[in-house]
Amino acid sequence: MSKKQTLVVIGNGMVGHNFLENLVASDIRDNYDIVTFCEEERPAYDRVHLTEFFSGKTAEDLSMVSDGFFDANNIKIHIGDKAVSIDKANKFVTSAKGVAISYDKLILATGSYAFVPPIQGHDRENCFVYRTIEDLEALTEAAKAAKVGAVVGGGLLGLEAAKALKDLNLKTNVVQFSSRLMSAQLDTGGADMLAAKIEALDISVLPSKNTRKIVDGTECKHKMEFADGTSLETDIVLYSAGIRPRDEIARISGIEVGTRGGIVINDQCKTSDPDIYAIGECAVWNEETFGLVAPGYNMGRVVVADLQGQEAQFAGADMSTKLKLNGVDVASIGDAHGNADGSLIYTYQNGADEIYKSLVVSADKKKLLGAVLVGDASGYGALSQYYLNAIDLPEHPDSLIIPSRSDESVGLGPDALPDSAQICSCFDVTKGQICSAVENGCHTMPALKDETKAATGCGGCTALLKSVLDCELEKSGFEVNTDICEHFAYTRQDLYNLMMVNEIKSFNDFLKQHGQGVGCEVCRQAIGSILASYWNEYVLSDQQMSVQDTNDTFLANMQKDGTYSVVPRMTGGEVTPEGLIAIGQIAKKYNLYTKVTGGQRVDLFGARLDQLPPIWKELIDAGFESGHAYGKSLRTVKSCVGSTWCRFGVDDSVGLAVALENRYKGLRAPHKIKFAVSGCTRECAEAQGKDIGIIATEGGWNLYVCGNGGMKPRHADLFATDLDKETLIKYIDRVLAFYVRTADRLQRTSVWMENMEGGLDYLKSVVIDDKLDICADLETHMQNVVDTYQCEWKTTIEDEDKLKRFRHFVNSDETDENILFVEERGQIRPANEDERELALAEEV
Amino acid sequence: MSNWIDICAVTDLQADSGVCALVEGKQIAIFYFAKDNAVYAIDNYDPFGKVHVLSRGLIGDIKGEPMVSSPLYKQHFSLKTGQCFDDESVKNTVYAIRIENKRVEISLEG
Ligand code: SRM
Ligand SMILES: Cc1cc2nc3c(=O)[nH]c(=O)nc-3n(C[C@H](O)[C@H](O)[C@H](O)COP(=O)(O)OP(=O)(O)OC[C@H]3O[C@@H](n4cnc5c(N)ncnc54)[C@H](O)[C@@H]3O)c2cc1C
Ligand code: SF4
Ligand code: FES
Repeated sequence: MSKKQTLVVIGNGMVGHNFLENLVASDIRDNYDIVTFCEEERPAYDRVHLTEFFSGKTAEDLSMVSDGFFDANNIKIHIGDKAVSIDKANKFVTSAKGVAISYDKLILATGSYAFVPPIQGHDRENCFVYRTIEDLEALTEAAKAAKVGAVVGGGLLGLEAAKALKDLNLKTNVVQFSSRLMSAQLDTGGADMLAAKIEALDISVLPSKNTRKIVDGTECKHKMEFADGTSLETDIVLYSAGIRPRDEIARISGIEVGTRGGIVINDQCKTSDPDIYAIGECAVWNEETFGLVAPGYNMGRVVVADLQGQEAQFAGADMSTKLKLNGVDVASIGDAHGNADGSLIYTYQNGADEIYKSLVVSADKKKLLGAVLVGDASGYGALSQYYLNAIDLPEHPDSLIIPSRSDESVGLGPDALPDSAQICSCFDVTKGQICSAVENGCHTMPALKDETKAATGCGGCTALLKSVLDCELEKSGFEVNTDICEHFAYTRQDLYNLMMVNEIKSFNDFLKQHGQGVGCEVCRQAIGSILASYWNEYVLSDQQMSVQDTNDTFLANMQKDGTYSVVPRMTGGEVTPEGLIAIGQIAKKYNLYTKVTGGQRVDLFGARLDQLPPIWKELIDAGFESGHAYGKSLRTVKSCVGSTWCRFGVDDSVGLAVALENRYKGLRAPHKIKFAVSGCTRECAEAQGKDIGIIATEGGWNLYVCGNGGMKPRHADLFATDLDKETLIKYIDRVLAFYVRTADRLQRTSVWMENMEGGLDYLKSVVIDDKLDICADLETHMQNVVDTYQCEWKTTIEDEDKLKRFRHFVNSDETDENILFVEERGQIRPANEDERELALAEEV
Repeated sequence: MSNWIDICAVTDLQADSGVCALVEGKQIAIFYFAKDNAVYAIDNYDPFGKVHVLSRGLIGDIKGEPMVSSPLYKQHFSLKTGQCFDDESVKNTVYAIRIENKRVEISLEG
């Protein structure tokens, strides 16, 4: 029986824990009994995201330890116990609680402590550091009774701490010794821009302040007195004046430490004692310490490899950083100060948008040596790749920081990166590793993250990772999974073609012939929409009913409280006084909230399910029709008043809008469709923001297509000019029928256009030149839709059987008593949760 | 022994869709999977939207398990167990339901 060796890790912080994970994942895990000492009251947690504690993350959220990790891997952890001495000669460690353990291999991962300058009064009450969860808890508690806070130190961490104070509602000051912020990472121009941006966030920056002592204040708890004779009153002092390696246990145990502190290690991360390693912030390599996690993780990997008997060496680390401070993007790469001989500097400064960028390049302008980005760090990914992989710069390096006013992009495509390029620096994942993971089947971001760990640390590499993934998928011809859901292995377009070819008229036939299972809300709705676009049958027919989206099923939009909205059509936004009065009377009778919509018509809210039929009956009797506000279908055709009244009007925009709305009303499509018609180029109807936009000119109508408002606005493209009405309608018929047949599920015309190979020119060649010889077919399709139009509400209220669906209960005539309104500005609105509770309490 | 309460005729149900029943003051959503002649009953209350609307959601299956998707924010609930597929910590109440002599019957005793 071979006896196991004992491996002891002192410190269960980010690096110590990451080392344990790597060790137990390796093939030497069974060679050791593993023991770890953890001085803090809880095992490893994510210090990098410590500040998120203030935005609601709990200690558990921040934990780095997966459930049952220590038990499952047979690791003995001594929580809340500090290792106090090492007997090198006899190879054992003793702890504060009296545990003594013999080791064969010992790993020191003791991290750093926050440095507190030895100022007189530094240890007064309410003076804190920013390193552990306990620090943050104490700070939060003290902030409750405080008004002003001061951070000592304007480095990376200091600014992060300043944000925390700000979020605790303190009037925040950053007091710094140096003349500029983040002096290690930024050049003067970058630091000035950053200071301006930080000040704009209502955080005062006090540069060149040497704090002499801290004494009693008059308005606040403390007064900080500076060497220049000025002072600052504050209730809380938060030190962020740098970190120092925790090397005390090494010192007292006779392990070599550096001249400026830190446990000295060689390339294999071994200390002066060959059985003792040191990793993470406590270590000093080549007279350098590393205050970031990534180098510490790297050291840990080197130790695992060394224990396995493999060649591995630590070779220093890239200290480039990118972060968002209070919403301000800041990044620094390599030699930001231009210290290298003969280096050249390019700067771009944009005072208006508060953006500063500088590049440090080699004398021959071929290589990037460093960079600073403030206000816009979008170029960080590409720049750090130029830097890390010594990629040749473009002929004019400044093109990398000067905003491109044309569409040409100067970014570095993932294809240009060598396989050795490091994509994720937190977990040292290269492009090559990512590519092979993709090849082995990781085709989604979650799968890729799970497999490679890339993008699971600081998250800074997420965008780059995604672009490598997309690029690889495309290159290797892997098909990105486009099945609409687990029940149908087809795209919407496939389904559309299947329906046409096989003349399928119902969801159940679709399922029988091409699907599996019983379906879900995605395929039901998609197929419902396809069937409705093509056959244009009554959507509540027995065949179609179960596949409509919830809103289509009840021909109304469900609101947050389960009631519905009612939107009668008002073609072109035109309405007679009688019409308005009728709407007003109906709204009053049923106590509905009324509002003029952004689509130039009136919306009535707060109708209960059972009230929908009687409301619609009255509207129809008054001459209204369904406005299809619930359907993925034509919504509104907005108009401006046009030549009829307007002194500038060139043509009758209202007349055309009414005609178009009447022509296309009821058309079911992959997504909703909106039109607008303006009477002259002043464009009061905002036609260029619509799927179909029309503007009158002296020579006829100009047609614009594929515009969008909403989440991602898109200007419509000018499709054809000076059209007569007949040609205009012909083109619109064709564009819409082509859209309905070829677009993806829930794709607006704007996105459809963006994804169309050949774009606008291609669409023109199909619609105007009839390149595919399908225009006659498209027009017939559209004419069929126009000819078979019916007002769905009219059909519904005439069918007793259909009305059964609008009862709230199948077995009772009662209505939903949980719906509760309150009054606001003279109308009803849904009660909020507090109001509901109050009402319930009163009832009891 | 379960106490079966008569609700309605099978023909009152909507094929491949839902209706809501009032049973001893409780709102219960009933779904009818026509092909399998199967019925399911779940509390009509949507724990996310906090209103009584589940009967108006679309139904289907997730890997063979019958489910309803909320009409408000589209979370999916198993009709067998009430478990929410999108949030492990949320579970809705399901009730025993059967078809007897072309009538639909529910038992509140679980
Ligand atoms: C009522 C109204 C707001 C208002 O009080 O003015 C409204 C209300 C809703 N909009 Fe809208 N939109 C309304 C005009 C608009 C406009 C303005 C316009 O049409 O000129 C836009 C931007 C223009 C555009 O669509 O390009 C607009 C862009 C959206 C979007 C984003 C679409 C996009 O492509 O990004 C959504 C979300 C969606 O459809 O997926 C949306 C979705 C919704 C929904 C359906 C949200 C929902 O699912 O419950 C709202 C339901 C209203 C209801 O129950 O009737 N609404 N919505 C407007 C109704 C117009 C009408 O008479 O039919
Ligand atoms: C607010 C904040 C933000 C940060 N942001 C970033 C960032 O964006 N990117 C980045 O790369 N880095 C960031 N860092 C730095 C990063 O957290 C550290 O680099 C990392 O935690 C170092 O890991 P470590 O294991 O070496 O040290 P630590 O995580 O400090 O772990 C050391 C552990 O050892 C324990 N210990 C010490 N001595 C003993 C002993 N004798 N016995 C038992 N236990 C002992 C300590 O109590 C501690 O728990 C940030 C740090 C802070 C505080
Ligand atoms: S903007 Fe948003 S909240 Fe307002 S109506 Fe449109 S969808 Fe509703
Ligand atoms: S670089 Fe931090 S997660 Fe990848």
